[in-house]
Amino acid sequence: MNAPDLAISLVYIAYALAVLLTFGAILTWVERKQAAIMSDRIGANRAYVRIPFTQVKLIWLGLFHGMADGLKLLLKENFKPLAYDKLAYALGPWLAIVPVLLVFAVVPFGGQLDPGRLFPGLAGWFGGRTYPMQIAPIDAGILIVFAFSGISIIGAMLAGWSSANKFSLLGALRAGSQLISYELVMGLTVLGLVLIFGTVNLASIVERQSGTVLGFLPAWGIVYQPFAAILFLIAGIAENKRTPFDLPEAESELISGYFTEYSAMKQGIFMLSEFIEIAIIGALFVTLFFGGYNLPWMNDTGFVFPGGHAVPLSHGWVVLLQLLTFLGKIFLLCSFQILVRWTLPRFRWDQLLRFAWKFLLPLAIANLVVTAVALWAQQA
Amino acid sequence: MTTPRKPYVRRQYWNEPTMGWWENFYLFEVARGLAITGGVFLRNMGKWMTGRKGALTSYYPEETRADYAAGNRGKHILTQRPDGRPQCVACNMCATVCPAQVIEIDAAFDPDDPAHPKYPSRFEIDYSRCVFCGFCVEACPEDAIRMVKETPDLPGFDRDRMWLGKEELLNWQPHADVAKPYPVRPAAEPGRSPDA
Repeated sequence: MNAPDLAISLVYIAYALAVLLTFGAILTWVERKQAAIMSDRIGANRAYVRIPFTQVKLIWLGLFHGMADGLKLLLKENFKPLAYDKLAYALGPWLAIVPVLLVFAVVPFGGQLDPGRLFPGLAGWFGGRTYPMQIAPIDAGILIVFAFSGISIIGAMLAGWSSANKFSLLGALRAGSQLISYELVMGLTVLGLVLIFGTVNLASIVERQSGTVLGFLPAWGIVYQPFAAILFLIAGIAENKRTPFDLPEAESELISGYFTEYSAMKQGIFMLSEFIEIAIIGALFVTLFFGGYNLPWMNDTGFVFPGGHAVPLSHGWVVLLQLLTFLGKIFLLCSFQILVRWTLPRFRWDQLLRFAWKFLLPLAIANLVVTAVALWAQQA
Repeated sequence: MTTPRKPYVRRQYWNEPTMGWWENFYLFEVARGLAITGGVFLRNMGKWMTGRKGALTSYYPEETRADYAAGNRGKHILTQRPDGRPQCVACNMCATVCPAQVIEIDAAFDPDDPAHPKYPSRFEIDYSRCVFCGFCVEACPEDAIRMVKETPDLPGFDRDRMWLGKEELLNWQPHADVAKPYPVRPAAEPGRSPDA
């Protein structure tokens, strides 16, 4: 790896970390405010930052409540339960958050980047190379996603088991069985898309979604696979362990489930990973079903509208539009997940598993079969 | 031999929930629920965006509701005589009946008013402990203490600042007792002692 490649990779990693952590912080505020607005309330609006030596208080619609929470978590007592497996207890939060962050490595957040055209002064250094806007442009995209979300199950299980608390253990068992059940559904729903696009490389999947179908519809995955999109979103919310699938941490039954015995920032890491996972689920859904960074009728050189009207754009504008489009779509998906979380009541445990195995799984398989037969008929 | 007891059958007085296939399929009803909550969100968001208030709740200390019931037991006031002095005769009945024991009265002698020689020199209510039961209003023989519907400005960072003194009780929302009209006090005539 030479110096320009390394520089680009570092910029991508910094961008991804900044985006994910910002989403994690902002979503706490979005969740509070959206829940409040949905239920005719005002929402958190008391935390403020006072400009030193003045009486000017910045409230900014309560945006600083997330900051206050983080500060509180940092300053709280770092409680440790009396009997626990030290290594597993310490590993738990990290195994919960690191895989979530790693999943973003294979998600393309933009099209091709040509740094030589963006910064003409550096064109010689980059030597005309272009880079896909993706941290790890590898062929096994979807497989990597599922591998890492499998690891996050271990995080929840370890945390619950090592806490030496029956509530934690119950939560861990629930987390394990729930995540494994819904991961199956998630994988099967994605398979239909893989059949259509013929690849598991997320970048090529997004590129395949940049055209149009029937002349005007954007060729997004949701147009080809509407049922798979719904099933994937359901399974994704279940993977995220949020209401209505929050059985592993059901507050009214298990205190807070598998992370009952975690305090201070260790608990904060679990919360942060949950909020980042909202963004990750959104990013995956956008990548697979909502055309990723593509705006409708837009390609690498500008817009071409169905009537034949074309609006050319410079490379810098295209890159910026693609980045913003991706972020905007993720934000909409996050908002939708929060809407679901504040609308539906929690499942009962047997309903949860029945829903996965007797309802979603057959539907996913049926979707897969129909897709396969349709493709076969098309080729024959 | 004991006779076999008739098994207890609980009388069923409720309706079994009837769900058709539509409700049992769950996803359609979920979509309906999401549409309802999403609609409320959009409606309220639209109100906030256009500068109106999109919530039913109020920013409490900054904003008090205008629609308190007429009989709401809010802040205490002391009624005034026409000359502006408190109607209270410092009988201590309210302080005695008060279940939270929050009323403190110091009585004093007023030689200028022969009809009501006893008056409160200090009348204080500790709002950090008041339970707003209204017993003081019931107990008062002179209709000197009342509760108006507006709430007191309670929130504070210090308990010691939650005491309400006589001046504020008298002057915050001055009320006169219309049911008990006093004759206008004659101007004090020279050479006449007040208790003659």
